[in-house]
Amino acid sequence: MDLAVIWFIAIAVLWTGYFVLEGFDFGVGTLMPFMGRRDSVDRRVAINSIGPVWDANEVWLITAIGAMFAAFPAWYASTLSGFYAPLFLILIALILRGVAFEYRGKRDDSTWRARWDMAIFVGSTVPAFLWGVVFANLLRGVAMNADHIVTASVMDLFTPYALFGGVATLSLFTLHGAIFLTLKTDGPVRVRARRAALWTACVAVPSTVLFLAWTQYAYGGGARTLPLVLIAAAALVGGVAAAWRHREGWSFTCTAVTILAMFAAVFASLFPDVLPSTTDPAFGLTVANASSAEYTLTVMTWVAVVFLPLVLLYQGWSYWVFRRRVTGETVTGETVTREGPARSEGDHRRPEPAA
Amino acid sequence: MEALELARWQFGVTTIYHFLFVPLTIGLSFIVAVLQTLWHRTGRHEYLQATQFFGKLFLINFAMGVVTGIVQEFQFGMNWSEYSRFVGDVFGAPLAMEALLAFFLESTFIGLWIFGWHRLPRAVHLACIWLVAIGTNLSAYFILAANAWMRHPVGYTVNEETGRAELTDIWAVLSNDQAWSTYLHTVSAAFVTAGLFVVAVSAYKLWRNSHHNDTGVVGVTPPERDFALFRGALKVGLVFTLAAGMLTVFSGDHQAKLAAEYEPMKLAAAEALWDTEEGAAFSALAVGDTEERYNPVDITVPHVLSFLATGEFDGQVHGMNNLQEAYEEYYGPGDYIPNVFVVYWSFRLMMGLGGFGIAVAALGLYLTRGKERMPTGRWFYHGAMLALPAALAANIFGWVLTEMGRQPWTVHGELLTAASVSPGVSLNTVAMSLAGFTAVYGVLFVIEVGLLLKYIKAGPSHLVPDLEKDEDESEIPHFSY
Repeated sequence: MDLAVIWFIAIAVLWTGYFVLEGFDFGVGTLMPFMGRRDSVDRRVAINSIGPVWDANEVWLITAIGAMFAAFPAWYASTLSGFYAPLFLILIALILRGVAFEYRGKRDDSTWRARWDMAIFVGSTVPAFLWGVVFANLLRGVAMNADHIVTASVMDLFTPYALFGGVATLSLFTLHGAIFLTLKTDGPVRVRARRAALWTACVAVPSTVLFLAWTQYAYGGGARTLPLVLIAAAALVGGVAAAWRHREGWSFTCTAVTILAMFAAVFASLFPDVLPSTTDPAFGLTVANASSAEYTLTVMTWVAVVFLPLVLLYQGWSYWVFRRRVTGETVTGETVTREGPARSEGDHRRPEPAA
Repeated sequence: MEALELARWQFGVTTIYHFLFVPLTIGLSFIVAVLQTLWHRTGRHEYLQATQFFGKLFLINFAMGVVTGIVQEFQFGMNWSEYSRFVGDVFGAPLAMEALLAFFLESTFIGLWIFGWHRLPRAVHLACIWLVAIGTNLSAYFILAANAWMRHPVGYTVNEETGRAELTDIWAVLSNDQAWSTYLHTVSAAFVTAGLFVVAVSAYKLWRNSHHNDTGVVGVTPPERDFALFRGALKVGLVFTLAAGMLTVFSGDHQAKLAAEYEPMKLAAAEALWDTEEGAAFSALAVGDTEERYNPVDITVPHVLSFLATGEFDGQVHGMNNLQEAYEEYYGPGDYIPNVFVVYWSFRLMMGLGGFGIAVAALGLYLTRGKERMPTGRWFYHGAMLALPAALAANIFGWVLTEMGRQPWTVHGELLTAASVSPGVSLNTVAMSLAGFTAVYGVLFVIEVGLLLKYIKAGPSHLVPDLEKDEDESEIPHFSY
């Protein structure tokens, strides 16, 4: 197989991996305000369930972008400059969210924590929505001239189809995050997360299924992508059913498969284009005309073959280390620090409403 | 005003801001790893306290370095699409390697380190912080190799058909002498910065403690709770700074020689040298006329520039006027002289401020020699605290010199900055993002410094309680968000 095609697949894998992993931590961020009252231990439980892993999940994005730069410079250049405004917003959101996770607990002050909670909510919700908008536009194509310079305005990016894509990714990631919380926490958060999952499913199932159907109908690869679309839809319904029946492990596996199959379908539909032009199909970027030369691709292939398995191994190990459910006791700890008792006393004074 | 100008400002603002945190991350990861190793081997409680205390400060800084780094990787494509299109084949490879080899390592093991205090065996937990330190250094190498390639492009050809640079030899790019020389200079400067961070924090704690005790005399304190810890930390920081400082000076000298060879225009601008000279003098203070291209005032030290640039007192150093002429002949008409004022002064500020930090380290080591001696004058403590912002500023001026001195090129001799910018991104769009980044970065800076000060003031016993008399097993506090 052609190296450029292999790298297209590698980039698809990196993006898909990014959405499967960061999808749930976006979802946890979006749901965090609903997992407990302001300044509660429950919110801390929700955040700590993704605490050790969110940063490494985000590196999938960095690697995907880096791989696009190295393997398809023209794709990287046209897409990033063409989607300037949404990417700028995504960057600001990711900055606020990352700092919020680290700084939230560093002052014993409820206003301080409430503000960072807002940053986590906005910083998770905005990218979860905008990535859907960006990928819908990649499928649909954008106005682009013969020099591969995107000429579409910001408003051109927000077509009904793209908005639909945004709603689909936002609701799907929120569902994925809710189910992650049922799997990884215990106590009131686990109960609330299951309810949130079932409510979110009311939006996630129809919007994702309709987005997949629209994609398959208008931009799909026919028989090549149909099985992926069907797997995504079936896994989604199965995941919700499993959540209903308290089968948390199965449920999480199913939403992970949904995201995986959905982005596999997105990339398979895109192929062999990488960024189609709506101005003139001849101006579009393809795997063939956007790729780096053979030598770069060969070097990158060796690097990936050696190091990607290693990365998967130690990242997998980090999930194994933190496999236990997070509870109120886990986050406050048996060992008392000076901040610890003050905070937990405050939390226990007012009991949480029954979930 | 054009979009190009604002895009350059945005790159400058976001990169300089990012580089306030990066040197501290690089250096402090090592210092924290060393402290934890000392605790692991000796079991002494002070080392645990020091690990946790400086570890906390390290994490507050680390978060800012990570999030501002994401912007960098997007910005090449967003604002410099034509640059990316031209160089992606060569420049993208080290960036992708950086993500795959370094960022995953760093981010996975920082999570394990923060949350793993109780869940991992102690030796494994110690290995985590060392892997973070290795990750940050690997990351620095790859990104500096990419940057070095822009100043001294090697291992590539330009494909006539596509008009793009194509990689021909990855080893040439990774073993570029400009890459490893820049790496040594940048990373040793990062270690100086982190060393001075420890020095400044320790000096502050020692000064505050003595200031608030009954005697009111600096240095002759009664055995204070944190005194031994911070006197030890001060000495560790001073040794670290001085050792790294020596390496910074030597690698800096090598950088000047490489500039003379690969980027003579940068060196000439840094010295405000208009005409080629043999036995060129080092300029101590010049007032230049960039219109008429000469210096009405120039106080110089004879022959020193030639020695620095070539290793010989009578070596030839090219001047800007001669280079301009040669470049016009070779590359066609244009202005190939960078902003002399900025380049000249950033060179001097880099050396002066960096030299100040190293001098503080040397003096501090002399004043704290032996087992108990401490400086008694308030001036030393103030100087030690000032050395940190001086080192941070020296790093920034170093980059201003490197990047502004490379102008008008993005890739020396291959691609002009004016031809690198994204043609499809309008002035208004860049103005919006520049304003957005600046505002968010400004607010976060205030918050970050506030948090650092809070944790410095609270001190280590806030994080790890002091040992009670009968206690022999030290308790490790719980880490979570």
